[in-house]
Amino acid sequence: MSAAPAGRPPVSAEPAAALGLAPLLTTPRARPGWWVLPARVGAMCLVELQKLRHDRTELYTRAVQPALWLLIFGETFTRIRAIPTGGVPYLDYLAPGIIAQSAMFIAIFYGIMIIWERDSGVLTKLLVTPTPRAALVAGKAFASGVKSLMQAAVVLVLATLLGVALTWNPLRLLGVAAAVLLASAFFSCLSMSIAGIVLTRDRLMGVGQAITMPLFFGSNALYPVDVMPDWLRAVSAVNPLSYQVDALRGLLLGTPSHLLLDFLVLLAAAAAGITAASCLLGRLAR
Amino acid sequence: MTPDAVTPEPVTPAPVTTGTVTPEPVTTGTVTPAPVTGTTATGGVAPDAVSCRGLRYSFGRTKAVDGVDLTVVSGEVFGLLGPNGAGKTTAIRCLTTLLPVPAGTVQVFGHDAAKERMAVRRMIGYVPQQLSADASLTGRENVALFARLFDVRRRERAERVALALEAVGLADAADRMAGTYSGGMIRRLELAQALVTAPRLLMLDEPTIGLDPIARTGVWEHITAIRAATGMTVLVTTHYMDEADQYCDRVALMHAGRVQALDTPERLKAALRDRRGDDSAPTLEDVFRDVVGGDLGASEEGGDFRDVRRTRRTASRLG
Repeated sequence: MSAAPAGRPPVSAEPAAALGLAPLLTTPRARPGWWVLPARVGAMCLVELQKLRHDRTELYTRAVQPALWLLIFGETFTRIRAIPTGGVPYLDYLAPGIIAQSAMFIAIFYGIMIIWERDSGVLTKLLVTPTPRAALVAGKAFASGVKSLMQAAVVLVLATLLGVALTWNPLRLLGVAAAVLLASAFFSCLSMSIAGIVLTRDRLMGVGQAITMPLFFGSNALYPVDVMPDWLRAVSAVNPLSYQVDALRGLLLGTPSHLLLDFLVLLAAAAAGITAASCLLGRLAR
Repeated sequence: MTPDAVTPEPVTPAPVTTGTVTPEPVTTGTVTPAPVTGTTATGGVAPDAVSCRGLRYSFGRTKAVDGVDLTVVSGEVFGLLGPNGAGKTTAIRCLTTLLPVPAGTVQVFGHDAAKERMAVRRMIGYVPQQLSADASLTGRENVALFARLFDVRRRERAERVALALEAVGLADAADRMAGTYSGGMIRRLELAQALVTAPRLLMLDEPTIGLDPIARTGVWEHITAIRAATGMTVLVTTHYMDEADQYCDRVALMHAGRVQALDTPERLKAALRDRRGDDSAPTLEDVFRDVVGGDLGASEEGGDFRDVRRTRRTASRLG
C-alpha cells in the first residue's frame, strides 16, 4: 500500500559550487530577540528612503498643500488677528500646526498602501518572514514617519522663508523629529487598523476622509483650545494631534507647553496603535 | 521575445526530474485505485520537509481544506495539483504560517507550524501567486530587503544578494527598477528573494500562472537548477498538469479540499493504464479526471470570485 517515496536524496554541495551558490547554502542565524524590532524598523525605513530616492514627485507635490495653508490661510489670518494666540504672530502660531497636519495627512492614508501591498502579494511575503507582526507594523509605522519627517523639514524651511522665527537649536529639532515620528506612527497605525477592518481601498478612502477633518479641526492646530466649545475641547483632549501640536509649539516657538505630558501621550498612542494594528493585520492575511 | 528564452549561466538542470523516477518495480499496492493519501514517511533520520495530518480550514461555512494528509520528503520537488478552488492555496498558506492551523497538525522539518512560527518561517522561502516584487525598488533592493528581514549579516549581504540575482540570471538587470521587468523576470526576481535567505523549503504558489510558454520553461529551469544546486525541497502548486508531470518528483491531486491521490506522476499514469487495461498513454490530466470521477463538472464551479480575480490580476500584470 505504502508506495515508497521517490524523493531523491538531497543533492550535495557539489553542484552548488558549479553554480557558485555555495555562500547561499547556509541559513542565516537568528539574531537575539531585542535586535528584531530595531532591525525591522531600520529595514522598512530604508525601503521608504530608497523609494523616495527613485521618485521624488511625491515629496514635491505633497509640499503644495502645507505651503498653501501657510501662504493663504496663515497670511490672511495674521491680518485679521481674530485668533488669540498669546502674543505670537498667527503665522508663527500656525506653522507647528501645519507640520503636524501635513504629517497626519500622509500617515492617515498609509493603510491604502497596506491594502495595495496585500493585493499585490507583498504583504503576504512580509508576513512569512521571521518578523513578529508587531515588529512588522512598527517598521511600517516608522517608515511612514520618514515621509512625514521630510514633509516637516519642507514646512520648516517654508515657514522660515515666510519670516517665522523658529528655533534652530539642534536638541529642540531632535525633539520635533521625535514628536513627528511618534504621531506619524500613531496615525499610520490608526490607518492600518482601519484597513484591517474595512479591507478595501475604497472604504478606507471614505473612512480616512471622514476622520481627517474632525481630527484636524478638533485639535489646537489652527486655534487654541480655549476658544473651542466644551464638546470640541473634549475631542481635543483625546486627540493625539493636539498633544503633538502642543509639543511642536513648545519646542519650535518656546511657548508654554506640557512637553512631558505631550510625549507621554504620544508614546502611549503609538504603542496602542501598534498593538491594535498588529492584532488586525491578520485579517489582511486571509 | 521575453528574455526568459535565454537560459543564463551554464544552467544544466541535471538529470533531476522525471525519467529516473521508476527504476524500482512498482509495488502491487499502486494497482488499486484507492487514493493513496498520506504516503508513509521514510522513517529515516532526517525529518520530512512537510508533514501534514488531518489539516482542515474553513472560510465561514466553506470547507476550503477538508482533512489533508501529506508528507513531503526532504529534497524532492512536490507538486500540489488541482483546479481553482481545490484548496491548494489555503493548504500552502497554512504551511507558511499565514493562516492558523485550526485542526490537524502541520510540521515543517519537525517544527510545528502553529507553535513555532518563527522557526518555520526561517526555513521557508515563499513565492505567492501574485507578483510580489516591489515595482518601485530595483531588483537588487528587492532582494536586499529580504536578506535584511532574514538577518543576513551585513558583511555577507552584498555578496549573497549578488549571487542570488546571478543564479536567476538577473545580474545585468539588478539595478533596474523591478517595474520595468517582464513577467518572467519578476518571477525569477522572486526566486532570488527566496534564495537569498537559503531556505530549506521553497514554496511556490502557481509560479508560472499567466506566463507565456517560453517564460514558463525559463522559470522551471531556474527552479530545477536551484534545486539541484542547493538540495532544497520544493513544494509547488499548479493547475498545469503538464508542468507537474515534467518537473515534479511526486504529486498530490487535490480536489474539493482533499488529496485524492498521491504518488509519482509515472506511477499514477501507470496505475490508470493498468486499470484501463489498454495500451493508451494516459496523461496526468487523464489521471486527474479519473480520480475526480464524474465530479469534474462540479470543479468548474470551484474558485470563488476573489480567487479567480487574483489569478486574472496576476495574469494581466504579467502581460
